[in-house]
Formats: sequence, structure tokens, C-alpha cells
Amino acid sequence: MRKAAMNRRRFLETSGQAAAGAAVVAASGGTTLLMAPDGAWAMTLEALSGQDGATLLRALRVIYPHDSLGDQYYAAVVEALDQDALGNAETAAMLKDGVARLDQAYQMPFAELSEGNQHRALEAIQDSDFFQTIRFKVIATLYNNPRVWQAFGYEGESFDEGGYVERGFDDLGWLPDPPADASPPVEL
Amino acid sequence: MARYDLDDDSVVIVIGSGAGGGTLANELCQKGAPVVLLEAGKHYGIEDFVNDEWNSFLQLAWLDKRTTSGSWRVAKDFSNLPAWICKTVGGTTTHWAGASLRFQPHEFQVGTGYGDVAGANLLDWPLTYDELAPYYDRAEDKMGVTRTHDIPGLPGNNNFKVMYNGAIRVGYKDVHTGRMAINSRPRDGRTSCQQLGFCFQGCKTGAKWSTLYTEIPRAEETGKLDLRPESMVLQIQHDDAGKVTGVLYADQDGNQQVQKGRVVCVACNSIETPRLLLNSASAKFPDGLANSSGQVGRNYMRHTTGSVYAVFDEPVRMYRGTTMAGIITDESGNDPGRGFVGGYELESLSLGLPFMAAFLEPGAWGRDFAQAMESYDHMAGMWIVGEDMPQEQNGVTLHPEERDQFGLPIPNVHFDDHANDVAMRNHAYKQGRAVYEAVGARRVYETPPYPSTHNLGTCRQSARPEDGVCNKFGQTHDVSNLFISDGSQFTTGAAENPTLTIVTLAIRQADHLADQMSKGEI
Repeated sequence: MRKAAMNRRRFLETSGQAAAGAAVVAASGGTTLLMAPDGAWAMTLEALSGQDGATLLRALRVIYPHDSLGDQYYAAVVEALDQDALGNAETAAMLKDGVARLDQAYQMPFAELSEGNQHRALEAIQDSDFFQTIRFKVIATLYNNPRVWQAFGYEGESFDEGGYVERGFDDLGWLPDPPADASPPVEL
Repeated sequence: MARYDLDDDSVVIVIGSGAGGGTLANELCQKGAPVVLLEAGKHYGIEDFVNDEWNSFLQLAWLDKRTTSGSWRVAKDFSNLPAWICKTVGGTTTHWAGASLRFQPHEFQVGTGYGDVAGANLLDWPLTYDELAPYYDRAEDKMGVTRTHDIPGLPGNNNFKVMYNGAIRVGYKDVHTGRMAINSRPRDGRTSCQQLGFCFQGCKTGAKWSTLYTEIPRAEETGKLDLRPESMVLQIQHDDAGKVTGVLYADQDGNQQVQKGRVVCVACNSIETPRLLLNSASAKFPDGLANSSGQVGRNYMRHTTGSVYAVFDEPVRMYRGTTMAGIITDESGNDPGRGFVGGYELESLSLGLPFMAAFLEPGAWGRDFAQAMESYDHMAGMWIVGEDMPQEQNGVTLHPEERDQFGLPIPNVHFDDHANDVAMRNHAYKQGRAVYEAVGARRVYETPPYPSTHNLGTCRQSARPEDGVCNKFGQTHDVSNLFISDGSQFTTGAAENPTLTIVTLAIRQADHLADQMSKGEI
């Protein structure tokens, strides 16, 4: 996640409005800072509004729901989308329009919907460019986050550690080892 | 390294530096022939490779825009990425997994051997297994293929242990860590496999054979090779007599140059090779070079593929170690009693978590998919690679409107599965599932084909000029000094990973070319 553009304490002093029930929003010079009420994470938005960001974050959580992952991992995806929007007016318009469609799906803000209704609202637009764009952003961002790898048991880069030849490439112990003609021993 | 003048028409021009072009260039240089090797991609070294799926993909993959059509699932999931191949010195040998299997003898004669398969454009190769066998032997020695030339097999990793135990329990007999062009012990100046688990991202130890650090430096040592990276060939030129005279290419500064040559060998993989021939159309050859048969770009094959991933109660950590060192060969024969002709191999395969997210079930979302990803470290995986049917309408054509940065039509890749392909994949999914369920799989995922790494057949060999593009040496029927030097020349695809056969054909082609040149016939 990019470093928040605003001093957190000053932000708390100046902010007044809660967005989507879960986060606090403030705007300053075109930059919006969206924070978790408990201060566990914050995201900085430059093209999207705090409301857009809060709705997107919730939508991403429903598209790829990992209850064990904190909001900060999804917030990083929203920030990546915001950066795409900053450089491309067409993308910005598509994202804002998509958020508006989600917020209108059940005549109340998307973030206030039950998870089932959120799922249905997303299902209704799953063939749209908006949905596919935000879905793929999770694929390319959330699942490419080394902290998420750690949570799901993927160890990432191995060359600097000397590979796995002496670090458990064949440490599976719940099945018998294949015979040597099928699987010869290591020769270094 | 040699530097040849642009107007030096004594050189052999090889286009593409992968398994076909890189090998051919070295073999010719070893015989003393002057070679200009033009490669569209950049020249990286092993030290530049990264153990990071997305960043490696952005570094090595061929990302120039292509379009797709047809009913194949790749056209829906990856509409601008029909193939996962590379644009870099070394070509797709930087990315390949290393599986090096000979074709089976009967697979060279399936035109007669499989009988009449409706809708399939089957044809016998104009050569036999016996003709190729001595060259297979040379290729295996060159590449250091395990289980050949007294080279031991690789040690099996966790993913292989699951495959092996499941396979034996369902009754398969021929299950081992494969014939791999990955050193199981130090050989040929390269180290043994350190089990990094990043074979697809460029092997950072060099244990896996790649033309990048074997054939190409060997060729450079002869003083006969002029390697020009970031040089994209736009057109092959010819004279009034219909002989090729050289190539027009864009150099690394974007300037267009014409390199003259005595012979042109095209090894750009099975999408760019026919595209280049089609883009070289002229008044004399209005349908493209070497295309009197109309077969350039047709009969595109990609192997019948798919993957099976399974989740177990206990951890597997399939990503540790060699990506593809595991094989079940029992289904590779031709047994029409299964409901299809041809056969398939089952090979162990893993993806890292980032690419698993992209490929496990493209487009899927929601709790089921999220649960699968959370089970990543408890997953084992295998890949299906089987013989697909050549079909005339499957292939590479020039896009009617879209142009690349040089103003040339981009390629469109069209593919429809043949009914035989569908039946084979269905059978393989069932068998893969049975293997994993035999060792306690909780959930099994039938993953659709990835963008193609095995691109074959778009300039195929044929005995008769009207049936294909080139003869049994890859020499085009129409133009005697124009050669096809990559997997495009495959008449049919067989059940085996193609690289070993591409290298084998390149070695043989080099012998033929040197002979023809010495006799003054080219």
C-alpha cells in the first residue's frame, strides 16, 4: 500500500464523516484518505471518492472472499484501481459508473447490503467491463501480494535461499516414497 | 562474435533463437557456415531472471497484440493471448519445462494409421521414426536428457510423490520423474537442479537446457555467429526467379534494414512463422511466400491440454522443486477403444499462487474459488498433453484491420476443438481425477487449457507439395532456399511435448543445409 499522503493525526482532527459504516473519509486538495475506524489500515485515493473506495472495497471482498485477510489487502487493490483511474479518464468513468450501478442495485448503498444481496448485485453485472476490470485487479494484485502468499502457504522466491533441494522439496511424509527407479536420489 | 555486412549475401539468415533457430544457428556455425541470427526480443542473462511469476511473464513473454477466434476456451478467457511463448534471446526455451520425449514410431504415420477421422486433416509425415532416431540421439546428448545417455532421472518432489502413489493405486505401470532436459547431476558445464520451482520463469541455475546459455554462446565461440537481438523481421524478400534474397527487419533502434542472405530459415514459432510468410506476399507470390498449397497458417495444433488439481487433507507444497518432473505414460498409445484416436501423457505440473489465481478457473469468483486458493499449499497438480487433430480451418490468418507498430497486420489465431480432442480431454480428466482420488483427494478441479505453449503445424511437412508447405528437411516446396525450422513444420502433433523433436529436426536440417550448400545446390 502506498504511504498515506496525509498526517494521520491531523486527518483524524479534520475528518468528520463516516463512509459506509466502516471507515472515515476526509478530502484535502483532491486527495482522499480512507481509514479503518480502528486505524488498522488506510488508503489514499486521488481519482476516486471515499464513497467509491468504500463501495469498491466491499465489492472486492465479496468477489474473492477471504475472511482471514484484513481489509488492508483489499484496500491495496482499490488503491491500484485508483491509480489506473488517475492516468485514464475512461477508466475513471467506468469505475465511477460501476460503483453507481452497485449502489443503485437495491435502492440503498451497496455497502449496507447483506452479503447475499451484494453477491446478487455483482452477479447481475458480472459480464460488464467494470466487473471484469475489478475482478482481474484482485487476481493480479491481491494474489500477488507476498503477505497473502504467506497466509496461503506459498513461499515465493527461492533462488536466494538455494532452492528447495535441501529445504523440503520432497518432505511430504503422508505417502510412501516412490522407489529409486521412479525417483532417483539427489546428486549435487 | 562475427559482424557481417548487410549486403553480404553469403550468410545464412536464421530468424528466431529458440529451440529451432538457436539450435540450427549453432549447428551451422559448428560446420563453419556464416550465420546472422535475428531475434525479435531482448538479450537477457540468467542473472536477469526473476523468481516471480508476473514480473517474469512481463520480462519474457511475447506480449505483442494478437486476436483469437473460434470456440476454444482460450479465446474467451485470454482473447489477446492465444499463446504463452517468449520474445527474448533463447525464445521459449527460457520458459519451457524441460520435458523431452521422443515421438512414438506410429505417430509419424497417423494419416494412414488412424484411418479416416471426419473433419481431421491427418497426413503422414514424409519421414519415419527410424530416419529421425539417430538425430533424436544427438539431441538428447546435446540437451542432457535424463534417462538417456546414462544420465539418471531427477529426484521426485512432493507433487510427484502424490502423482506416483495415486497412479500406482489405479494400476498405471509406467510412472517416473520423466525424461527431462534438466541436469540431475552436473553436466556440460552446468549445475544440477537445485529444485527452485521456477522452471517457467527462466532457470536461474542453468540446470535446464536453453539455447540462451548453451547453443548461442557455443555458436558465438566459433566466430561465425552474428546475433542481433531486438531485430524484428518484417518481410522476406525474393528475386524474379523466386529465390529468397534476404529479409527486411527493424533493428534495435527502430530503423529498417535489409540483410542479404543465401538462405533464410524461419523459426519464429507457429504463429509468427506463418504470419511472416503471409506478410511477405508479393506480385509473384500473392498468397504469401511458399504458399502455393494454401496451407501456410493452416492445420494449427496446440495439443489437447488441460490440468487436474486436487486438494488433500495434508500439505503437498507442489511448488517446491522441478515444475514438471513426473509422468504417467500409460495412456500415450493409440487405443481407439477409449473413444478417440491418439494418446496423451499426464505430467506433474505446478503453478505459483499468483498464476494459480489466474489459471485455475479463469473468470471464476466467489466463495468456492476463494476456498480453492486458501487450499493452495494442500494441492497437487498434473497437466494433460495429448495429440490433437489437425484441422484445416484452425490456424493463423492476418487480421483484416488491426496493425502492429510497423504497420503490418497482426495475427489472428483460430481454433475449434475437434470431437476427438474433446473426447480425449474428457477421458484424461477422469483418469487424472481417479489418480488423485486414489490417494484421498477432497476436491478435484478440472482446469481448462492455458494459453498455448505448444504451437505446431502451421507450415507442415508433406511428401506432396499440394498437401503442405515444406519437405522432410523443412525446405519449402516452392522456394528451395527458404526453410521452416521450428514446430510449424510438424505434420501432426503426437502426444509428446514438442521441443525435443524441434531440436532433432533442427540438427538434421543443419546437416542437410550444409550438404546442399557444399554441393552448390542452394
